[in-house]
Amino acid sequence: MNAITLEHITKTYNKGAVLAVDDVSFAVEKGEMFGIIGPDGAGKTSIFRILTTLLLADKGTATVAGYDVIKDFQKIRGIIGYMPGRFSLYQDLTVEENLNFFATVFGTSIDENYDQIKDIYVMLEPFKDRRAGKLSGGMKQKLALCCALIHKPEVLFLDEPTTGVDVVSRREFWDILKRLKAEGITILVSTSYMDEATLCDRIALMLGGKILSSDTPERVIKSYPEKLFAVKSSTMHALLKDLRANENVVQCYAAGEYIHFTLKEAGEANENILLKFLRDKHEKDLIFTETVPTVEDCFIRLLGKQDGGAGN
Amino acid sequence: MKEFLAFITKEFAHVFRDRKTLLMLFGVPIVQIILFGFALTNEIKDSNIVIVDNAKDIATQQIITKIASTDYFKIKGNLASADEIDKAFKSGDIKLAIVFPVNFYTDLLHTNKAQVQIIADASDPNTATTLTEYVKGIIADYQSQLSETMQTPEQIITNTRMLYNPDLKGAPNFVPGVIAMVMLLVCVMMTSISIVREKELGTMEVLLVSPFKPILVILAKAVPYLVVSLLNLTVILLLSVYLLDLPIKGNLLLLYSVSTLYIITSLALGLLVSTGAKTQQGAMTLSLVGMMLPTMMLSGYIYPIENMPWILRFISNAVPAKWYYIIVKAVMLKGLSFSFIWRETLILFGMTLVFLFLSMRNFKIRLE
Repeated sequence: MNAITLEHITKTYNKGAVLAVDDVSFAVEKGEMFGIIGPDGAGKTSIFRILTTLLLADKGTATVAGYDVIKDFQKIRGIIGYMPGRFSLYQDLTVEENLNFFATVFGTSIDENYDQIKDIYVMLEPFKDRRAGKLSGGMKQKLALCCALIHKPEVLFLDEPTTGVDVVSRREFWDILKRLKAEGITILVSTSYMDEATLCDRIALMLGGKILSSDTPERVIKSYPEKLFAVKSSTMHALLKDLRANENVVQCYAAGEYIHFTLKEAGEANENILLKFLRDKHEKDLIFTETVPTVEDCFIRLLGKQDGGAGN
Repeated sequence: MKEFLAFITKEFAHVFRDRKTLLMLFGVPIVQIILFGFALTNEIKDSNIVIVDNAKDIATQQIITKIASTDYFKIKGNLASADEIDKAFKSGDIKLAIVFPVNFYTDLLHTNKAQVQIIADASDPNTATTLTEYVKGIIADYQSQLSETMQTPEQIITNTRMLYNPDLKGAPNFVPGVIAMVMLLVCVMMTSISIVREKELGTMEVLLVSPFKPILVILAKAVPYLVVSLLNLTVILLLSVYLLDLPIKGNLLLLYSVSTLYIITSLALGLLVSTGAKTQQGAMTLSLVGMMLPTMMLSGYIYPIENMPWILRFISNAVPAKWYYIIVKAVMLKGLSFSFIWRETLILFGMTLVFLFLSMRNFKIRLE
């Protein structure tokens, strides 16, 4: 049975003026970790709110744990754990008070479900008398996760849980999610960090209210049809300009310390022509290789396609 | 029930950990009471008065000298006839006029009775009452001096007329006004802000997703503010009794009961505001502009409603504070029992039901 299903969900705001979610359908299997990847304003939060029964969709149907999000909203509330994007807990309550409060509101207690949150809570325990407002970003997220987990939810909704959190805490957070998944909890998580996508079982790339591609991260990457090249030199800015000026280059963009680009017409001959063109201009420190695409590359390709051709 | 208690505990923590707000909650009424209290005593000095002495005999001369010798009054002039009094008042710089009839002293000697008329500008009712009381005191003093030398007791009858505001409604009864204002501040503004804050912080989303009934979320919010308001009421009453020597004439239990009703009315209003406001700022503006101004202007606390144009009088009926103000004045200052205020109480009760109904209807179990 699918833990989450969406069928043709459409949501508009301001009486139809703003299209937030555009005919979205996907399903999340039980025990799966599903990631919605996309930039701000892609419609991720709207989907989360529709699934957590907080918003009504204009069109389409959706179920969570087999319950309809409109008809059975009361049944859904209580069996799901939800961590909203801007969730910041009660700043003036201590760590323990926050956790206690949410435990009680969800009809349980810390003692009763301690095993569920133990792994995370041990990291928080030294600060349990500290007010939530005085915690670091990473600690806050961990506490918020504890609060969302305390009642042993069947499905966990995490809306951009790692936004604004440092790299180390982000990694720790994803380790925790992996352990939770191993316990059989279905997790729907959204993020705007592309590097986090590969940590999910399956991902959906979302943009402008639409899902552009949905599959396992590996297959999303494998579906990348063209050869992707990476190039680097000591004069990156000029290099980027030259590539953009070249007619055979379709998309080129900075990706970390390299510039990634694809060619309109690949093939050894064309590659050599380009390489020669670049070598002439950029001396010996030019490094030129073919590279394996990442989720980000896939995303940018889809973005370019949607914009109607040449991306930046 | 356990959930509900946890919620209330949480709300109390919010209230008592926010030092600034707490200071405002209890500081504002105390400052207001003290300010008003001392404004009362400071004003009565060197008040300008005029005298119309139609008798010009030894008794009136003695009384006038007595009045002139106090710090309270400054005699601005002697008018030839009572007709000029009106003009003197309208010019605005005199507060009081004393009229002695012809044959004052002869009347006093022969009939043992004489009359004095005191006319006061009661648009400032505080001062008007105090000044007339002073004049009455001075005349009574003179009368007792006379009695020592004469055989039969004389009687000087003072006739007092309050101009512009005959019932002395308004400022002297500021304590009920302060109570009405503070309750509104605490209940409407604080409650709505604290509910809207949950929306802003995103905690409302989580609470809505919980099995906890949304309506209980709102009710739990109201409880701490009810307690804080009752505490505030007690502080104000203690201050007015012990600092301002304003005794509570009526039944204390009755006073607390009707106050609780008014607090609940205000809380219901706060809930209503919170259903309409999206941000804390919005909630504050709505309660300040939408509630605080009408309460100050149209409750009768600062300006007597009787003197307003009919349209404002009509609107004032929709201001809960107006009814509460009438009730508190009746119970606290006049010592009246419930049978005199049941109508106002019923109106407040009705308003509460309407506000509650509207806020329940507007309360959303989802976002937007």
